[in-house]
Amino acid sequence: MARALIRVPPRARRGEVIEIKALVSHIMETGFRHDQYGKSIPRDIIQLFTCSYNGAEIFRARFYPAIAANPFISFTTIATESGTLRFEWSGDNGFTASESAAITVE
Amino acid sequence: MASAVAFGDERRSGYEFMSRESQAMQDDDAANPAMLWALDGEALWKSGAPACSSCHADMKGVAARYPAFDARLKKPVTLEQRINLCRTEKQGSAPFKYESKELLSLSAYIALQSRGLPIALAEDAATRPFIDAGKALYEKRQGQLNMSCAQCHDQYSGRKLAGSVIPQAHPTGYPLYRLEWQTLGSLERRLRGCLAGIRAQPYEYGAPELVELELYLKARARGMKLDAPAVRP
Repeated sequence: MARALIRVPPRARRGEVIEIKALVSHIMETGFRHDQYGKSIPRDIIQLFTCSYNGAEIFRARFYPAIAANPFISFTTIATESGTLRFEWSGDNGFTASESAAITVE
Repeated sequence: MASAVAFGDERRSGYEFMSRESQAMQDDDAANPAMLWALDGEALWKSGAPACSSCHADMKGVAARYPAFDARLKKPVTLEQRINLCRTEKQGSAPFKYESKELLSLSAYIALQSRGLPIALAEDAATRPFIDAGKALYEKRQGQLNMSCAQCHDQYSGRKLAGSVIPQAHPTGYPLYRLEWQTLGSLERRLRGCLAGIRAQPYEYGAPELVELELYLKARARGMKLDAPAVRP
């Protein structure tokens, strides 16, 4: 069950700096661990997170094996216009997750 | 979120022993990873035929009363066991495995609805002997280190074990997201971890000993506010 939790302020003044929080459910298996029989556990991580604001990319982050499970990202942007923020995660084994949130700018 | 402590009450939940960063993580539902399970639990609650929601409307306060004595089984059952009893007897489906994503999600969703409520375990004659049995287990030395729960969590609580503070073992936040586990886990998992730590043979999931221990710990924390699903280091 891929699931994400997004926090975007529903309203903002034009030009205001807004904080965005994004939490996604993922095991982030490093690929460096072994099971109880000594067999290597294959890597399974998210590799890329992007956020776009009305189609234009405003934030991008590459994820690496040292990032904990259920990665949480928080960043800021400037509220320029009303519209949609779209969040996308992609990674190993064809993992994809996406979520969007609407914002009204006055 | 910090539980208001009555004058003279020296009990502290694990929340109060955490770093400010971990407290902030728990307090913000957008940052608390346990909420991912609670959301899955809500979806599970409303799915299936018959769905949990077709019988139960509001589960507010339910988690605060568990483990509870079941008159028909003549023994106390934990919230997880109650969920599985409902599944096998009322919903005609297979029980969930202990620590499975489904069982943890459902218990997180139910526990969330009791957030902020005081632990209100029954204190009747039927439950009493099981609480006493739990207390005896809590005080019993066991394992290769020959230690009891009470030695760490009563005698040395607030002091350090390696780099971590030893909490007072008040189970206010279960099921909780433990940063060390990188996932949500039940109180039984925590108890089994402690037993392995004193090099005792951990009781199996669902064993009567674990239920009695949980019952005693909840009785000991009676009146303290639930903060489930919590975050702990």
